[in-house]
Amino acid sequence: MQVHPILAALRQHRLSSALIALQIALVCAVLCNAFSLIGNRMSLLNLHSGVDESSLALVQITGYDPGAAADVNAKVLDALRGIPGVQAAEAINTLPFGPRVANAGVTLDPAGQHLGGVINFYVGGPAAPKAMGVALVSGRWPAPEEYGPVTSFVPADAPAVITRVLAEHLWPGSAPLGREFWVDKYHFRVIGVMDHLAIPAPNGGEEKDPDWSTFVPGKPGGTLAGSYLLRADPKDLPGAYRQAEEAIQKALPDVVFDQDDSGMLPDLRHRYFTPQRTMTGMLVGVILALLLVTALGIVGLASFWVAQRHRQIGIRRALGARRIDIVRYFQVENFLIVSFGIVAGMALTVAMNIVLIKHYGASPLPAIYLPISAMVVWLLGQLAVLKPALQAASVPPAVATRSI
Amino acid sequence: MFLYNLRLALLSLKRDPILTALMIGAVAVGIGISTTTLAVYHGMSGNPIPDKSEQLYAAQLDNWSAESPFKDPDEPPTQVTFRDGQALMKAAKAKDQNLSFTTAFTLQTDKPDMKPDLAQGRATYRDFFSMFEVPFEYGGPWSNEAYDNAQQVAVLSHEENEKLFGDTNSVGKEVVLNNRRFQIVGVLKHWAPSPKFYDLNNGSFDDPEDVFVPLNLVSSLQLHNNGNNSCWGNSTDNSFEGHLNSDCVWLQFWAELPTQADRDAYHDFLDGYVQEQKKLGRFPRPLNNRLNDVMQWLTYNEVVSKDSESLAALSFMFLAVCMLNTIGLILAKFLRRSGEIGLRRAVGASKAALFRQYLVETGVIGVSGGLLGIPLAWAFLIGVRHLIDGSDHYARLDWTMVSVSLVLSIIASMLAGLYPAWRVVRIPPAIYLKVQ
Repeated sequence: MQVHPILAALRQHRLSSALIALQIALVCAVLCNAFSLIGNRMSLLNLHSGVDESSLALVQITGYDPGAAADVNAKVLDALRGIPGVQAAEAINTLPFGPRVANAGVTLDPAGQHLGGVINFYVGGPAAPKAMGVALVSGRWPAPEEYGPVTSFVPADAPAVITRVLAEHLWPGSAPLGREFWVDKYHFRVIGVMDHLAIPAPNGGEEKDPDWSTFVPGKPGGTLAGSYLLRADPKDLPGAYRQAEEAIQKALPDVVFDQDDSGMLPDLRHRYFTPQRTMTGMLVGVILALLLVTALGIVGLASFWVAQRHRQIGIRRALGARRIDIVRYFQVENFLIVSFGIVAGMALTVAMNIVLIKHYGASPLPAIYLPISAMVVWLLGQLAVLKPALQAASVPPAVATRSI
Repeated sequence: MFLYNLRLALLSLKRDPILTALMIGAVAVGIGISTTTLAVYHGMSGNPIPDKSEQLYAAQLDNWSAESPFKDPDEPPTQVTFRDGQALMKAAKAKDQNLSFTTAFTLQTDKPDMKPDLAQGRATYRDFFSMFEVPFEYGGPWSNEAYDNAQQVAVLSHEENEKLFGDTNSVGKEVVLNNRRFQIVGVLKHWAPSPKFYDLNNGSFDDPEDVFVPLNLVSSLQLHNNGNNSCWGNSTDNSFEGHLNSDCVWLQFWAELPTQADRDAYHDFLDGYVQEQKKLGRFPRPLNNRLNDVMQWLTYNEVVSKDSESLAALSFMFLAVCMLNTIGLILAKFLRRSGEIGLRRAVGASKAALFRQYLVETGVIGVSGGLLGIPLAWAFLIGVRHLIDGSDHYARLDWTMVSVSLVLSIIASMLAGLYPAWRVVRIPPAIYLKVQ
């Protein structure tokens, strides 16, 4: 297949080819960036929270007298544990996808000179670790006597179980067990490492990674009150959660069940990720519309060229070109134009990415999206030119013999 | 002349319905999507209080730890402490100033069958209502006397009044907040500034609070902050009073400073205040006070999400692609009619007349595409409001947006048609008269 004649012929309609190439370039740039945005969101949507989501629910109440916290806890936990189907209930300050209540900057020395970063603190009662279903990688969970009273947002001096990612960040390459960290005067000692435990608002706060959290033990009472987890078998969970509100209302008639912040974990997760899902949907919609418009544009323009070259095609056919040769001609022509467009598009994408990184602090585009967009655009071009090419192939050789 | 051009244009467009549909469709989709994202961006970045936005200033004092800033690289906290806020209110150096914070109440009325409910509240000075131009339907803010006597009075929002008292004049009636009786002194009209500029800490586009109470009840009623609370340093005093005296930031402070001179004077006053506090051992960081007016404050807090910015940019590139498409199709359409053009030129039409004709034709395409694109955008925005929580305030099509999108479609299509029209009238007529 001779490429040179095709290129020479393209010089006849420089402008239209340039238009298509420019369009392709923009489509490439948009595709690359849209894929990258979608990729980010998909990885967030697939976040591993580390807890048994389908078995857990979060219950939050308010309107109780803080002085009677221990009493309120006892009544609520009794009511919850009495519901049929409930396997465990415990006081815990929050859960993944619950409200953000306890994050603080930690330091690696008591003087507060070496900052470790801002992490999230889960404070829970004795039954919490087992009820959450978090997997331990090394070390142990706190022993029953280590659950001490909590008078502030975290206990003043307690053992802590941190995640693998956090351990690697705070003490890279060395064993975390036995290490200590501080929040001003509050002191914590690492006794265990867990696989994953997501912060309540992944990608929404000051924590640099969704796994920057720790579990510290606290005796229910004092400030550890008003927030509880409920564990039940996945098929019993909806029924148990529904009965939880009634049970609490019966045990404590003056207390208000916080509808906004309570919920079954799958629902809380779904609600939390709705903006990401929406954005992904919108991006996919924009991409599809873009591809459709471009394809239609290519079809329109290629049909015009076929009509313009009606005589030339007839002459070629009369001279012996087969139908397939004519189709090939148009396909190669389209391939060449689209390739020019893709090269320009890649350059445009990289340039845009550099500008975005410098001025918006965006993250660099993963290189994999460039060949993926190129493939999509090549395929689009070839599919779009098929109909006009087949139409061209059906021009009869007799056209060459007519003078009109 | 114009009507003639129009008639010819419509005739020509009707001759090739598929191509025409393609062109108008491309413009419509491009305009529809761009208008949608532009409307969202416009709504999010709108000015919530246009006649006063340059006179209201949010104050920031840097009372943070010496070791690290509140936020990198060297930003002061976005809220103030209780003791600093009270000191600034007492000094009263601005034309008007206000301190407030958000809190939650369990709410009940005297109706026997009503279950206790949760209400969002704001504890504030009465200047809130005058400074932020909050409209009242019944009654008004509490009097200075009521404030000084620490009376338990409340102002209800329009929606809360509707919910509790069925939109009647409830001034004088009582409502029970956290088991204490409050007398209602005022009911607001519907008021929902978008964004909720006076407190951007928990949901910039949420509805305002349901009930407003005097701030000086904070101690007697132990009103807890229900917004954002950030602290540094070690407070050995975990009591409520200790929290009020600490360096924890959880209140919003606004000052009304009508002229630039007022603003500069107030900045000097803030600097002076901080210098005094330094002598008492507070404010370890170097002087870093800020005064931002409403729009600056919204930008500082990044109210317009990065997502909607990138979506807007992407959709403009999409519009560019649609317009390039249209240029190509228009060029093809015009070149196809070279014979007709040659004939008209030979019979005496000037280049200018033909150029005008073809511009009108592209104008018709642009206007039709724009007119189709607007209902498309309206449909897309319904989808956006449905899918994104809390977007009811900003995902709206107002008359500004409609006119902007119409103008955009006309300009874009004129630009698109410029080159093809120019190119096609320059063709020497003789060539196309000879052979067909």
